[in-house]
Amino acid sequence: MLTWIAGFTILIAKSGILLLFLLLLAAYLVWLERKFLARLQVRYGPNRAGKFGLLQPIADTIKMLTKEDIVPAAADRFIFLLAPAVVATTALMMFAVVPFGSHLTLFGRNVPLVITDLNVGLLYVFALSSLGVYGVAMGGWASNSKYSLLGGIRGAAQMISYELSLGLSLIPIVMLADSFSIVDIVNRQEKYPFILVQPLAFIIFMISAMAESKRIPFDLPEAENELGAGYHTEYSGIRFGLFFLGEYVHLQVLGALVAVLFLGGWRGPVLPAPLWLFIKIIFVALIMIWVRGTLPRLRYDQLMALGWKVLIPVALLNIMITGAVLLL
Amino acid sequence: MKRQEHTASAIEAIKALITGFATTFRHLFRKPITEQYPEYKRPLPARSRARIILTRDPDGGERCVACYLCSAVCPVSCISMQSAEKEDGRRYAAWFRINFARCIYCGLCEEACPTSAIQLTPEFENCEKDILTLVYEKKDLLVDHQGKEKEYNFYKYAGVATDVGKKGEHIKEERPVNVKSNLP
Repeated sequence: MLTWIAGFTILIAKSGILLLFLLLLAAYLVWLERKFLARLQVRYGPNRAGKFGLLQPIADTIKMLTKEDIVPAAADRFIFLLAPAVVATTALMMFAVVPFGSHLTLFGRNVPLVITDLNVGLLYVFALSSLGVYGVAMGGWASNSKYSLLGGIRGAAQMISYELSLGLSLIPIVMLADSFSIVDIVNRQEKYPFILVQPLAFIIFMISAMAESKRIPFDLPEAENELGAGYHTEYSGIRFGLFFLGEYVHLQVLGALVAVLFLGGWRGPVLPAPLWLFIKIIFVALIMIWVRGTLPRLRYDQLMALGWKVLIPVALLNIMITGAVLLL
Repeated sequence: MKRQEHTASAIEAIKALITGFATTFRHLFRKPITEQYPEYKRPLPARSRARIILTRDPDGGERCVACYLCSAVCPVSCISMQSAEKEDGRRYAAWFRINFARCIYCGLCEEACPTSAIQLTPEFENCEKDILTLVYEKKDLLVDHQGKEKEYNFYKYAGVATDVGKKGEHIKEERPVNVKSNLP
């Protein structure tokens, strides 16, 4: 009984710390994105609130919390209120299987540095990632506005198409690691990170991940020049904030997944394990921001053609080649 | 043939991608071109249209002759005044009022003004929390310089007898002839 309580306390503590860290990081990822993107475009970015604009995320949070939470009269109230929470929670829950270190010895107990080591961790991530689509589609539909609806439909169509190549690109990783558990996958990369043997899978995963997190050049669901703001046109205040938060947590999760699946996760010399994971996440995020600062938005048919006609066949080919090499 | 075209276009696309990423990467190391406003104020052209002033002629007299043309042409009717006349026959505005809360800084008043009295200046930072402080009276509008028009003095050309000049003493004006002596 006592061990059970102790284990439970440690789990709660781990989740709490991770949650706090994720939310803070999401806020400062917005700051990083605005700053870095500004420099790519020869601007300064936020620099008024605090030194280097470091208080900007706090100011934005206060603004969103204190703004009026408007629900349009024609909206489907219950679903409208629920949708942002779906996006934010699914994105946050994905982090439960990402390991941020090997283990820690605390009061004579062996504490693994992961919330939970699911033996189907990868499938869990994909399941939640697909559930996140519901938030977008529901938000778009419940707003009862044509822009939102179009954004929601686009979001659903896009995310379902890219989920396929996202999943298929990881099959070779699973084949190499012999496991769906993310902890095992990281342990398998002790000698070399998988990016060295699976560069193709890495590229497919990065492109699909960007489409999955609805970022430029795949931000069709919220294409601001055509759709107002897409599926979150009608949202305001903290509900819009939750969509926003979900998007940036998603970016972190995908950064973490890239780090864990291709870059060796928390493994690295000298520095402590969680710090290495953090550095890798930031690195992936910076690359995604760089892509955002460079490429224009794809057209809808181009997006679909890229997903179905290029990424999925290449991913399948990659699986076949990996399988053949493993057999030999 | 078809396959070659595909390969060529693929290579071109990859080249374009690389150039694009290289360009944005190079921009990272450039100094931002943003002008940071309250710290750096860009010098505005002399003819920028902002705060309105009433100027004086080179001799120090008020240029405004209260002809109402500016107030008539003003599309938002933000100018109002009352005309009056001095003992020597020179007209002036007894009071002159511009409501800057309404003014759209179109500059039509300046164009309409026959004496170059009313002029727009580049000084645009006139925000107030209390909207009524944006109603400027004549004492707020009148300045002690000539604005953009340094030389012009309406009464030296006007042909109206004032202290500046009697009949026939103005620039480009001939003395009045005795009509009766012109008889054949």
